[in-house]
Amino acid sequence: MYLNQFLLLAAILFCIGVYGVLARKNGVLVLMSIELILNAVNINLVAFGAYWNANDNTNVSGQVFALFVIAVAAAEVGVGLALVLLIYRNRQSIDIDDVDMLKG
Amino acid sequence: MFNMIDKVWIIPALMASSFLVILFFGKRWGTRATAGIGIAAVSICLMLSVIVAGNWISRVNHPPAGAALAAEVLQANGLTPQTGENIAGEVNAETHDSGETVAAGSHSSTSEATTEASASEHGGEHESVPPVVRTVTWFQIGGMEFEMGTLVDGLAAMMLITVCIISLLVHIYSTEYLHGDVRFTHYYAFLSLFTASMLFYVLSSNTLQMLVGWELVGVCSFGLIGHWWEEKKNTDAALKAFLTNRVGDIGLILGVIITFFAAGGTSFNVLHINEYALSQGANTTLLLVGALCLFGGVTSKSGQFPLHTWLPDAMAGPTPVSALIHAATMVVAGVYLIARLYAVFFSGLAIGSSTFHYVAFIGGFTTIIGGLLAFVQTDLKKVLAYSTISQLGYMVMALGVGAWTAGVFHLFTHAFFKACLFLGAGSVSHACHHTFDMREMGGLRKKMPATHATFLIATLALAGIFPLAGFWSKDEILAGSASGQDNAYTIMLIFGLITAFLTAAYMGRAYWMTFWGDYRGHAKPHESPKVITVPLMILAGCAVVLGFTNFPKSFFGFKLPGSFTTRFEHFVEPTFAFPPIQHAAFTPWLAIASTILAAGGLFVAYQYYEKNRGPHGLTSRNKVAMAGYTFLENKYYLDELYTGVIAGSTKGPLARAANWFNQNILDGIINGIGLGARKIAAVVYVVADQLIIDGAVNGSGQGSEGAGQLLRKIQTGKVQQYASILFAGAVVLAGVLVFVV
Amino acid sequence: MLALLVAQNIAFYIIAALMVVGALRVVTCKNLMHAALWLVLVLAGAAAQYILLASEFVAITQVLVYLGAIIVLFLFGVMLTRAKTGTDEDLDNKNSAKFIGGGVAVLLLGLMGYSLIDGFKDTEFGNLMVQRTSEVSDSIFSTYLIPFEVLSVLLLAALIGAIVIARRD
Repeated sequence: MYLNQFLLLAAILFCIGVYGVLARKNGVLVLMSIELILNAVNINLVAFGAYWNANDNTNVSGQVFALFVIAVAAAEVGVGLALVLLIYRNRQSIDIDDVDMLKG
Repeated sequence: MFNMIDKVWIIPALMASSFLVILFFGKRWGTRATAGIGIAAVSICLMLSVIVAGNWISRVNHPPAGAALAAEVLQANGLTPQTGENIAGEVNAETHDSGETVAAGSHSSTSEATTEASASEHGGEHESVPPVVRTVTWFQIGGMEFEMGTLVDGLAAMMLITVCIISLLVHIYSTEYLHGDVRFTHYYAFLSLFTASMLFYVLSSNTLQMLVGWELVGVCSFGLIGHWWEEKKNTDAALKAFLTNRVGDIGLILGVIITFFAAGGTSFNVLHINEYALSQGANTTLLLVGALCLFGGVTSKSGQFPLHTWLPDAMAGPTPVSALIHAATMVVAGVYLIARLYAVFFSGLAIGSSTFHYVAFIGGFTTIIGGLLAFVQTDLKKVLAYSTISQLGYMVMALGVGAWTAGVFHLFTHAFFKACLFLGAGSVSHACHHTFDMREMGGLRKKMPATHATFLIATLALAGIFPLAGFWSKDEILAGSASGQDNAYTIMLIFGLITAFLTAAYMGRAYWMTFWGDYRGHAKPHESPKVITVPLMILAGCAVVLGFTNFPKSFFGFKLPGSFTTRFEHFVEPTFAFPPIQHAAFTPWLAIASTILAAGGLFVAYQYYEKNRGPHGLTSRNKVAMAGYTFLENKYYLDELYTGVIAGSTKGPLARAANWFNQNILDGIINGIGLGARKIAAVVYVVADQLIIDGAVNGSGQGSEGAGQLLRKIQTGKVQQYASILFAGAVVLAGVLVFVV
Repeated sequence: MLALLVAQNIAFYIIAALMVVGALRVVTCKNLMHAALWLVLVLAGAAAQYILLASEFVAITQVLVYLGAIIVLFLFGVMLTRAKTGTDEDLDNKNSAKFIGGGVAVLLLGLMGYSLIDGFKDTEFGNLMVQRTSEVSDSIFSTYLIPFEVLSVLLLAALIGAIVIARRD
């Protein structure tokens, strides 16, 4: 197997995620797209981790990093959904293009 | 007495923990406990500081010698005392006074006889006593090790005691003054934090640490000026203080960096920098730039012209805070900086050989403009604020003319009588429905006898009337300017004498307007409780006796034994890594002249404000006088200038040119002095300010508004559009990195 | 050995294809619930890829945390905000925003693909060994102990933050 297989898969998922973040209007869907991005990063980390692990059996940094990213992602989803709920409660809608109070 | 001098870090740490305790538990434990914690912490600090000072005094009397001295010297420079071989050489290099100090190891006995013998002619009167430096590693970057630690010498010990005493009295005083305040805990927490920061600052062993302490006291000042933030003007004042200080802080940071690299780029250690500055091969140009940058910081923190404008506004804070921070301790941080890094200023500005340079001039100039402005204030606290500016100018001027001891001594005495004046003003306002307007006071002499007596003593001390504290310190400054180092600083002497008159006159004005005549307000004034009057009495007592700590060697031919004269100088003035300065002897004719001027000032004020004699209503009849009055009342239009420049700075060169024009013109006028010149100033104001500045400001305003109208279209408030721009920007950047670089 | 490699490759491409399709559906489909379910597919695919990379612990954590917890959170979010069941035409931004998003994504993909192919042209995995969970735990509790502790503080902060933000007061 080539390292690039995984890296390219991750790149594709990442870009799909970026598209989702930019094109979706619904807050929950935007959060899901962010999850796609984070997963793409994780695949990268694990792939590189496996690559280095083949040389040095004690090196599992890739996995550890991926675990950290998963934990952070969980926290991010928690806070993100809390924000979405708050927006919903205040405006009866979770369309994030309604939230433009910072307009100049 | 146990040796506290090694463990001085406990003192700021104690105050910092007091801050944390009050912060976390103050609300829960109630106001009494809050105040109790603060007062207990400061009291312990005061006791420890006294022990430190005692340790230092015994150290000066029995200085370390031989190997012990050598070890101390190495440690003071941030080195580990292990290289035994070249110790003697090192120490020889350290001791600067070739004539008096003997090579290390050979002088073990200290004696007053040696001291006295050399006292009159030479700077290094007693042997080189290195400060006690204790450091630990702070952090390491790029193979360089940065240290933090404490440095104790006479100067630091003096500051410790001053800060602790005044802080303690302010803590006690505030229990009554802020009784029932909404943010009582917040106030006490900040007082503790401030005291901790100030102690940390004065004990710093390197410039980096000083920078930290400097900013910390700035934050506390900000928090306390805005204590009553419900009123817009208080938050504005807090912001103004903070931002004005930022301007100077840039200078300070640059100065710290420049001195660091000038001294070889290996250590921020204060003594190391000072020794470099005194060494033969020192780069004086670099030192000059460094000293001027550092002086930028001094200009803002210690309220020197032209950055003094924040200090009067800072009076928006509670009065005890004004006494502690904006009169007695924090504002002298700048003066302390000069005193601490004196070698840098001494070599950089060539204080020893010149008769005129920037620092001394700004100091002298500030004394005058501060004194003049104090005349047109009707707010008692503002009179005191401008008086503080003026006195800080005195200190800076003293340091500028090479009279180190005189400047620091004035710092010491001024702290007490100015704190007394401020607390007295607070007591008056406490009695008069929280007003500081002198037009609504009067006749308080009978109603508030204790406040009146202490205020009078402090006023006389500030005016410099014999034998109160202010007389001795001010006189030393004047004598220092008159004799200078190689040459006399004549201009500074004239500034100083004029200010002696002005000080007495405006303080007399404030005193008579407040305490004599008939009561003009609507409240029912009454004497303040003991919690307020006792601190006043202690401070007034200090204002009476502290002047004698530096009793001259010969006072009109009257001579005390050597162990009673110039004690302050003996114990406080550094002898290690310190430029060789000469001390002016007591000058009888100057003492008489300044006393006559001060008495004259008081007399004029008495005649004018109490007896109602003299040309009253002059300002409404005479156009010249009117112009002068308006000019002063608008504080030389500096605030307008700053607003104009800040607003116009987007426009750049034009506004800067206008600023230059305005400042130069202003300087010219004020130098010219006299009412006639002030009239011209009014005309110039119309031309320069109205036409040029206003044009620049309006033009730049329109320019930026137009640009803003264009740019606001991008700011849609829609997150995803921002995200698109972000990602697109990332793509472009990455593309550049991949394909071009 | 060769057979194993071929099998691994086949598995990779099948799972990868499923993941890409799933991801595309997540960002295009018109039904919120379906989007969440497509996301399940992508996340499960990622777990499978981790197994292929011999990283079993991350794979299991992926299943537990993502499939178990995060998806449930999303479904809660969908329900609590009373999203329409069934098709909803109003999930996307206007077409112009979609074009910009698509353009940025394609450009990004082109750039990343170019540099990946340029940089890791023929890099192959060596002999992939199973990375044992004990190694991972040793690593977390020795080398990465401080980040681990910081992470726990972060989770606590997020917990408190989420409660403070979302509670009714």
